[in-house]
Amino acid sequence: MSVEKIRGILLQHGRLSVAVDQIANDGDLYKAGLTSLATVGLMLALEDQFNVEFPDSLLSRKTFSSIDSISEAIAQLQK
Amino acid sequence: MTNTSPPVVNAAEFEQLLARVHEIGREVVAKHAADVDQKARFPFESINVLKQLRLLSSYVPAEFGGMGLELMQVAKLCEVLGHYCGSTAMIFAMHQIVVACVIRHAQGSPWFHGYLRELVQDQRLIASATTEIGVGGDLRSSICAVEIEGDRFRITKKAPVISYGAAADDIMVTCRRAADSPASDQVQLIVRKDRGPVTLEPLSGWDTLGFRGTCSAGFLLVGEGATEQIQPAPFADILQQTMHPHAHILWSSLWLGIASDAVNLARAFVRNEARKNPSMPPTSALRLADADSVLQGMRSNIYLATIDYQKMMAENNVDAFSGFGFAIRINNLKVASSNIVVDIVNRAMLICGIAGYRNDSKFSLGRHLRDAHGAAIMVNNDRIMNHNSNMLLVHR
Repeated sequence: MSVEKIRGILLQHGRLSVAVDQIANDGDLYKAGLTSLATVGLMLALEDQFNVEFPDSLLSRKTFSSIDSISEAIAQLQK
Repeated sequence: MTNTSPPVVNAAEFEQLLARVHEIGREVVAKHAADVDQKARFPFESINVLKQLRLLSSYVPAEFGGMGLELMQVAKLCEVLGHYCGSTAMIFAMHQIVVACVIRHAQGSPWFHGYLRELVQDQRLIASATTEIGVGGDLRSSICAVEIEGDRFRITKKAPVISYGAAADDIMVTCRRAADSPASDQVQLIVRKDRGPVTLEPLSGWDTLGFRGTCSAGFLLVGEGATEQIQPAPFADILQQTMHPHAHILWSSLWLGIASDAVNLARAFVRNEARKNPSMPPTSALRLADADSVLQGMRSNIYLATIDYQKMMAENNVDAFSGFGFAIRINNLKVASSNIVVDIVNRAMLICGIAGYRNDSKFSLGRHLRDAHGAAIMVNNDRIMNHNSNMLLVHR
C-alpha cells in the first residue's frame, strides 16, 4: 500500500530518467536519475501524502536511496 | 580579576545542557510567553525553571560553586531562550551582565566572594539600576550619591527604569562615590532585599510595545547595607571593560534568538506551502532564502565579537578592550544587531503573510516584531551612534 503510494509520488515528483515501474523496491534511485534537488519536492510530497514531517536527521542521501528506505523512514515517522 | 581557568563544562556537556534548555524552552518558557506578554507580567515560571537548572550562576566561576561557563556559552543560552520568550531571555541576559561585573571586578573582596557563593546557593536574581531621572540616559553620570556612616551606607535613587526590580532579590545600583564627588566619579553597590531595608516606590509602570515581561518600571529606590557591598573598582572601569561589552554581546545574542525563531516559523510556513505543490517551490521560498542569508550575517557578526572579546578577557588584555576601537566595535555590534533583528522579523512576516500577522495563528509573529523594536529603543541607537561619531573623530 505505502509502496504503491511512494511509486506514485516518485512518478510525479522524482524527475527520474527510468520508468518507475522498472525500478525494484531495493533499486538505487540515484542510479535511476534522482538528484538531491529533486529529493526536496519528493520529500514535500511524501510529507503531504503521509501526513508526516521529516526531521533534519532523515534528510540524508540514504533515506532517499531506494523505495524500501523511503518506506522505512515513513514507517518510522508514523510510529 | 580574570576568567583564565579552562572551561569547566566541556563541549559535549554543554550540548547536553543546551538540549535541556531547549526542552524547558518548549515545555515551560514558550508555554507562558503569550500570557507574560499579554499581561506584562514577570515570567516567574521561566525564571524558576532556570533557577532549578542552576543557570543563574552559570557564569560564576567553578571556584565559587558556579557552572563556570565561558561568555560564548552564556551568549548561546541567551540565544536559545530568545527563541521561546524575548522577555525571559532579556531578564536572563541582564542578570548575567551584573554577574559579569561582580566576577570580573570584585574578586579582591571577601564580601563579594561570599556573595557569589550565596548567589550560587540561592540562585539569587540580580537587577540593575544604572540610569537615573535627570541624567538623560547617560550611564556615566549620577546624581545620587552613597551616604556612608561608619560601616553602613544608605542610597536613594530615582530610577526611571529598573527592569524586573520588583521581582529581583538584589539590585546593583550605580551612584556617585560620595556627596562631594563629581557626577562621573561613580561606584556600583549591591542592595539586598533580605538584608535591607530596601524599598521600591513605583514611579512609573511598564506598558510598552514589547519586552513586556521585563517589567522595567521606574522606582524610587531607598536602600541600606554594609559598606562592603560597595564594589571596590571604579564604575568607569567596570562599564568600559565589562558591563558595556557584555551587555551588547548578550543582548545581541538574545535578539539573534528572536530573529532565528522568526526565520524558523517562516521556514515551517514555506514548507507547508511547498507541500501543496512539491514540483513548484512557492515564491516565498526565495524570500526565505534571503532572510536566512541576512540571519547568517547577523550571527557571524555576533559570534566573532564574542569570540574576540572572550579571548581578550582570557588574556586579561585590558588595553585592547579599553581603547576607542573596541568601544566603537561593540557599539556597532549593538546597533547592527538591533536594526537587523527588526529587518529579519519583517521578512519572516512577509513570508508568513496573514498567518504571521494574526495573533491567533501558530505562525504569529506579533510578539517577535514588538520585542524586536525594543532592541533599538531600550538603549537608544542614536545615543550610541553619537558616541561613535565622537570617538571616530579621533580614532583611526
